[in-house]
Amino acid sequence: MLDLNNVCFQQGDFRLTADFSVPTGARVAVIGPSGGGKSTFLNGIAGFIATGAGQVLWADKPMPDHPGQRPLSILFQDHNLFPHLSVMDNVAVGISPNMRLSHSQRHDVSVALDKVGLADKSASFPRDLSGGQQGRVGLARVLLRQRPLLLLDEPFSALGPALKDEMLDILCEILDDTGATALMVTHDPKDALAFADQAVLVTDGHADGPKPIQQLFDAPPPALAAYLGNRT
Amino acid sequence: MAGSIITITLRNILGGAVLAALLIFSIGTAAAVAMRGQGLGVLGVADWSAVRFTLWQACLSAGLSVGIAIPVSRALARQSFIGRQTLITLLGAPFILPVIVGVLGLLAVFGRAGWISGMLTWAGFAKLSIYGAPGVILAHVFFNLPLATRFLLQGWGSVPTERFRVAHSLAASPWAYFRLIEWPVLRSVIPGAFLLVFLLCLTSFAVALAVGGGPKGTTIELAIYQAFRLDFDLGKAASLAVVQFSLCGGLAILAFLVPLPQTDGLGLDRLPQRLDASAHRAADAFWIAIAAAFLIFPLGAIFLRGVGYIPDLPHQVIAASLTSILIALTSTLVCITMALSLALAFARRGKLARSLAEGIGVLGLATSPLVVGTGLFLIIFPYAHPMTFAVPITASVNAMMALPFALRVLMPAVRDTYADYLQLRSSLNITRWVWLSWIVLPRLRRPLGFAAGLAVALSMGDLGVIALFADPDLQTLPLMLYRLMGAYQMDQAAAVAVVLVIQSLALFWIFDRGGQGYVRSK
Amino acid sequence: MRITSLFAGLFLATTAVAETPVLTIYTYDSFVSDWGPGPAVEAAFEATCGCDLQMVGTGDGAALLARLKLEGSRTDADIVMGLDTNLTAAAADTGLFDPTSVTANYAVPGGWDDPLFVPFDWGYFAFVQNVGLQSPKNFRALADSDLKIVIQDPRSSTPGLGLLMWVKAAYGNDAADIWADLSDNIVTVTAGWSEAYGMFLEGEADMVLSYTTSPAYHTIAEGDASKSFAVFDEGHYMQIEVAGKLASSDQSALADQFLQFMVSDTFQSIIPTTNWMFPAVTPAAGLPEKFPKALSAAQSLIFSPREAADLRNVALAEWQAVLSQ
Repeated sequence: MLDLNNVCFQQGDFRLTADFSVPTGARVAVIGPSGGGKSTFLNGIAGFIATGAGQVLWADKPMPDHPGQRPLSILFQDHNLFPHLSVMDNVAVGISPNMRLSHSQRHDVSVALDKVGLADKSASFPRDLSGGQQGRVGLARVLLRQRPLLLLDEPFSALGPALKDEMLDILCEILDDTGATALMVTHDPKDALAFADQAVLVTDGHADGPKPIQQLFDAPPPALAAYLGNRT
Repeated sequence: MAGSIITITLRNILGGAVLAALLIFSIGTAAAVAMRGQGLGVLGVADWSAVRFTLWQACLSAGLSVGIAIPVSRALARQSFIGRQTLITLLGAPFILPVIVGVLGLLAVFGRAGWISGMLTWAGFAKLSIYGAPGVILAHVFFNLPLATRFLLQGWGSVPTERFRVAHSLAASPWAYFRLIEWPVLRSVIPGAFLLVFLLCLTSFAVALAVGGGPKGTTIELAIYQAFRLDFDLGKAASLAVVQFSLCGGLAILAFLVPLPQTDGLGLDRLPQRLDASAHRAADAFWIAIAAAFLIFPLGAIFLRGVGYIPDLPHQVIAASLTSILIALTSTLVCITMALSLALAFARRGKLARSLAEGIGVLGLATSPLVVGTGLFLIIFPYAHPMTFAVPITASVNAMMALPFALRVLMPAVRDTYADYLQLRSSLNITRWVWLSWIVLPRLRRPLGFAAGLAVALSMGDLGVIALFADPDLQTLPLMLYRLMGAYQMDQAAAVAVVLVIQSLALFWIFDRGGQGYVRSK
Repeated sequence: MRITSLFAGLFLATTAVAETPVLTIYTYDSFVSDWGPGPAVEAAFEATCGCDLQMVGTGDGAALLARLKLEGSRTDADIVMGLDTNLTAAAADTGLFDPTSVTANYAVPGGWDDPLFVPFDWGYFAFVQNVGLQSPKNFRALADSDLKIVIQDPRSSTPGLGLLMWVKAAYGNDAADIWADLSDNIVTVTAGWSEAYGMFLEGEADMVLSYTTSPAYHTIAEGDASKSFAVFDEGHYMQIEVAGKLASSDQSALADQFLQFMVSDTFQSIIPTTNWMFPAVTPAAGLPEKFPKALSAAQSLIFSPREAADLRNVALAEWQAVLSQ
């Protein structure tokens, strides 16, 4: 269970406040207008931004300061892979940044690559892969790490619809297998509905607690309504 | 691949013309000198030992400069503090000083009668004497460490924020962090930076003499001087010059085979939020303090020595300033034009073509000024009076000296601009001139600013390499400085040095900051 | 404005259609600088000659000769002024100079009898120091002492070459030993006189190789009596600076006139406090009071031009070999 107790994340002049809990195993879409603070919210939980006030707790224990010690994996929109490492190494780095793998670890990497359908690309380099394939490498790394909390910052927004669906399917499989809690920033309401059962609305530097997502879309508060437009 | 076919476009013609000009200035002038001297001379044992020594001290100086630049630039990239931007701009300063000014400034701090010696003798120790190999290395590091730091900074600034964060979130140990983030940056930036510093150390002989302690080694440049002045052996001078620039050109081509550095990133002044900043604060503070002290104290010494005498300066200093500025601005224009032509023609070509172009680009820096000047003189003299060409020749030679630096920053920027926007251009059917002036040039503003700043500052501090073309009425500030020193007017010379440094720094700052003014907020 | 008039002037000279004839003199940089003799000389000569005197600075003495060799007989120069006797043999060998008929009552120690060149000033090399320092009496004493000296490289500097010849003239075949002993006294060897003198003034060394007239400059021009020079009992090497007329000159008569003017009282009285050397012909008003005295003929060391040319490479090789240890 992720607890945000009166936290305030501070990045430069920008402050983001939140005070709620996310139940274990939830799939939460983080939505809101541009500039509202979605990325700040995510980066704050990840530990890249200083927590000015309040506490971030996981399983009732405060999260360690260093992002690398927090029990989570994070996937960004871009630049997740290291260009000078092969696909295999890019995935392996998820469990062994020193890249010294035991035999069983090496086996685990192959399994992860297999799961995302890139077993034949393990020796390739990111520059040789398409956008979708790069996304899958990122997912393989996430799968390998098996962390209980998963943070995603618009990881598939640059992909076409079919590819995006494929990625979301793999992601959901991973979440089913591991039972991890996931928070995904997305700006596509359809993706949010497809992936998540709850949504956190971030506007003007404040994040509201998770609400069932269909409910939120059916009766959107004014800020959300403005953001969604009147398409539906 | 399509790139291997040389199509006749304006871009390729201009690029080719620049390469041709460079080859004429290097090979052509050496040939002119050789022809006047009955062919290329044979080099003797002493000459080859000069070659060996030159290479050795240049290697060591460049290695140290770049080696120290690594932690310093990393510290500057990580930490934010008041005056960071000013310090980064000041990093251009030693590079632009005329040698004698820089050496005297260094000696004011490190010399036998310098500040450190003063403190040592007060504490009861012996005076500090850096003369000899340590002095040469120290002087070379003083002149070149700041430049190397600037180049490396550009590398650090090219790593996207997300990649830093991914590395952090993987709980990378320092060694792993080095492998993941730092090694790729260093690998792409160091060869070019090392080579440029190496070239600067290779062709500087006044420094080696002033603090070298004696002729324990002769450099190639000094051997060329000897061949000219004492023996008038033009053949040997030409041969030595050919050896010098062949070595440099060859090494350059090798060094530049490394892929161009990345530029996607925030550049110099937008720091990605670095989580390891606090962990390394003490070590970084040490490196920054060392670098700042090393830089600022000699500059401060120069300033203090001369600033009091500025009101006593003769009125010629105004004319000399204007002459220097005029020549510097002309040479900057020539340099940027040449660099852009080469970058536009070669940045997107294959590895070999590009490194060949950059390799030839260093020839302007690698050739002996004496041989170039004499060669040009011999070429022009039968047809016209050389003195009438003083300004264009000086400006062109200065432009060519700055060219390798401009190329190093422009090539990656051109490549990335085209990579990012070429598809958009095709789809919108943008014409060539609109493309260049509205899209490419604005995107290149930052590297152009830095390159222009370097070019203008280099030219301001240059002694007018071409003494043979010296027009008696045309006096630049460095020339005025030397003339004052030669006439016992040491105080006034010190004042001119201060004026020169202030003007050069101001011009450098205008171009460099002007380029960075266009920073996209991210 | 001066640039265009210079250009115009040269144009006129080369086409030999002259309203005002132009006399072109190649000389060394510090001569033509605003603090050197150049401006006064030009004003004085132009007042009487009805001509336009153009003085072109081309580096130092050795660079001057190199420039002349590059231009050959197509040079615009009518007169070359500023070579010293270490270079006159090579200059004579170029065949570019015409003999002159100028005579004067030379005050140059040892006299002067070269038909090709006319001396205009001379000086002695010496080690300059601060007053109060215990001066060494000769090279051996200097080598034995702990004094620190800064000298110039003979390959790139005229005084550097002067020192080389000085040691050779005083010690002949023992010159290499002297250099070996001196090597621990040498702080550094600079490319030119300016760097070395600047370093001495900043206190980097106890003594610097310069001229006996350097302290006089400080005393007379700056009112600073803190510098002096060490008198060596082997004697001091002389630098005699000369001028010569070029055979290719198209202003032969005017050139002769200038050379005669050069040994006249007007020119010679300008020299001491602008060029800081001894005038070749003692001016009627005498030398400035604070000027050093001339040494006896026995103490005034110099090689003949031919000897200097022959010995130079030998001396240089010795020097390099010893100091490169």
